[in-house]
Amino acid sequence: MSDQTKTFSLFALVAVLIIGTGFVQSWNSALFILNMGLISAIMSLGVNLQWGIAGLLNVGVMGFVALGGLATVLISMKPDPEAWAAGGPSILLGLLIGAATIGASIFASRKIAKGWPRILGVLAILLFGFVLYRLTFIPAVKAVEAVNPATSGYLGGLGLPILIAWPVGGLLAAGAAWVIGKTALGLRSDYLAIATLGISEIIIAVLKNEDWMSRGVKNVIGIPRPLPYEIDLQNDPSFVERAANIGLDPTTASTLYVKIGYALLFTIVLIALLWLSQKALNSPWGRMMRAIRDNETAARAMGKNVTARHLQIFILGSAIVGIAGAMMTTLDAQLTPASYQPLRFTFLVWVMVIVGGSGNNLGAVLGGFIVWFLWVQVEPIGLWLMQVITAPLAEDNALRTHLIESAAHMRLLTMGLFLLIMLRFSPRGLLPEK
Amino acid sequence: MDFLNAIVALSNFVIIPAVAYGSQLAIGALGVTLIYGILRFSNFAHGDTMAFGTMVVILFTWWFQSMGISIAPLPTALLALPFGILFTALLLVGTDRVVYRFYRRQKSVPVIYLIVSLGVMFILNGLVRFIIGPGDQRFADGARFLIKARDFKEMTGLKEGLAIKSSQGITVITAVIVVALLFWFLNKTRTGKSMRAFSDNEDLALLSGINPERVVLITWLIVAALATVAGTLYGLDKSFKPFTYFQLLLPIFASAIVGGLGSPIGAIAGGFVIAFSEVTITYAWKKVLTYLMPDALDPSGLVQLLATEYKFAVSFVILVIVLLFRPTGLFKGKAL
Repeated sequence: MSDQTKTFSLFALVAVLIIGTGFVQSWNSALFILNMGLISAIMSLGVNLQWGIAGLLNVGVMGFVALGGLATVLISMKPDPEAWAAGGPSILLGLLIGAATIGASIFASRKIAKGWPRILGVLAILLFGFVLYRLTFIPAVKAVEAVNPATSGYLGGLGLPILIAWPVGGLLAAGAAWVIGKTALGLRSDYLAIATLGISEIIIAVLKNEDWMSRGVKNVIGIPRPLPYEIDLQNDPSFVERAANIGLDPTTASTLYVKIGYALLFTIVLIALLWLSQKALNSPWGRMMRAIRDNETAARAMGKNVTARHLQIFILGSAIVGIAGAMMTTLDAQLTPASYQPLRFTFLVWVMVIVGGSGNNLGAVLGGFIVWFLWVQVEPIGLWLMQVITAPLAEDNALRTHLIESAAHMRLLTMGLFLLIMLRFSPRGLLPEK
Repeated sequence: MDFLNAIVALSNFVIIPAVAYGSQLAIGALGVTLIYGILRFSNFAHGDTMAFGTMVVILFTWWFQSMGISIAPLPTALLALPFGILFTALLLVGTDRVVYRFYRRQKSVPVIYLIVSLGVMFILNGLVRFIIGPGDQRFADGARFLIKARDFKEMTGLKEGLAIKSSQGITVITAVIVVALLFWFLNKTRTGKSMRAFSDNEDLALLSGINPERVVLITWLIVAALATVAGTLYGLDKSFKPFTYFQLLLPIFASAIVGGLGSPIGAIAGGFVIAFSEVTITYAWKKVLTYLMPDALDPSGLVQLLATEYKFAVSFVILVIVLLFRPTGLFKGKAL
């Protein structure tokens, strides 16, 4: 079987799986799988850029996804004038002081000669800046969070159209990636993994606790949509008429319309990013990246600045993940910081890349769809399996109830097995790198 | 008197908890560092190995409790500990046979091991949640305190009380025993020396007739013991929740790297560095400062540098500082 037929038939399989879900379960769940599959494909495209093409381990995918989510809130939510009056400017000033402190201490550590004066000087700057920052920042945060805490209690966003949030999400993620890359790249590969693991935990902690920014665990709901609301469609006579023409009741038609709309938007983004990634992969730049991955020392001997190239591709990959994160929060229309789980967002994306075929962009996209499909469907399958296995036991048997209740955790087990089996028997993935 | 009160408050809220937490991190980091030294990869499944070991200990504890076996005033979990170690050892040796050995024969690069350990992490995580559920489990029994705050106040007449939980005492004593045994093993026994030789220079070790498979096997056994002990002590001190154990991965790795990956002494030092910084930075200093400062300068706020939720940020910042200024760690591990 040639490469092209293989690629084609595997993607056809994905289409069959999703359409099959539509027939067997419901079209709404099929479209849900499709939409999240598209987003997963973009995430795995980003991680593939880092791991598959450059060999960089990013174990903090979740953090970049969450930053994308934060961007939707910062860009598209309406600003809360009362909260801004209460402490908006002081919060910004406080953040500015914090940034200036860090900048000044970096500057000082570069300018002052090595030795005690440098250590003391930097410490003094940090201490002074920290106190100043606390004095401006903390009271302002308290004031902002006291404004209608039940409904608002945060500054809100800029009130711009939500689609702007997608590239902004990418920018936020790129910024975080720059900070991480600057510290951890150029050292051993494991260090990058641990540093990214750390930053992602911290980003989630920030989202959960900085109520003035993201409402923390109170969640931001009602994030604006790029598409009309179902209820408006149902009240629109011309839409109802068109729905009736194809034989659908208005409720189903409106939900399908919105979901298909999202699917189209996401497909456009995916195709654009995939096209760019393919171009990059087959350009001199892509060849250089793969050369660096395959033999760093040789690449360095040829005069390539390995660390700078790694930083570049690490930022690009993280930005793609950030865009996907913003898209996901747009689809959910709410930001729930507590829902960001590393196993779901970091490690599942890794399974997607490895299963799909690291180093192959189409493979990463394929992996995104297939693994997402499995992730969704393993739970009902596991439940069914448990019911079949435990059928001989009595209805109220303790073991039986325990097994059936725990069926939800089968997912992690299955994904782990899936990853290990792929790594062992087909380490290059379903669609291997050419 | 105020000065004494300040010291007591400081020990009660900072020093004692940090020593206990530091011991738990140190034992955890020893496991990571040993795997790094011998098998040469960062084991991301370590947090979940700890969770697995603790889970077995909890199950045995419940079983013993239901049979009425106890070693009061000590917690029953200590009695269950050997069984936990046994099962974890079986599990680790099993995963080594089924999973890691293949890559060893292939002479894979460390990054591949790391990804493989992610897969193992997934499976262990699912297994633990499947067996015991994702919720919180408390399994500490026996005496709760070595010294109660009220007794201490009556004894000394100070305003501040000093409480030492028995779990903290047990943690420190167990940690000392475990570390002493480990160092005796590594430095005095033939097997231990062969392990160190293997870690220092694999080729020379192979040349002098050291059996690599045996070294690897013994490493896994030791790691199983360390992971189970660390997990059980942490669970006794706080509580057991699978996800918390996964999150412990970050401070544990930070400890191992700060001390120098591959260096056992470094892992212990790193554990205490991380634990003390975490506790001091997230502690509200108001109480201690009120005793120390003149009345006019009493702090109005809590004087807490960072909210407790950001404790991960502390280990992370220390990690970053070490990576920037001394990537080999405090004790010159084999990194870089």
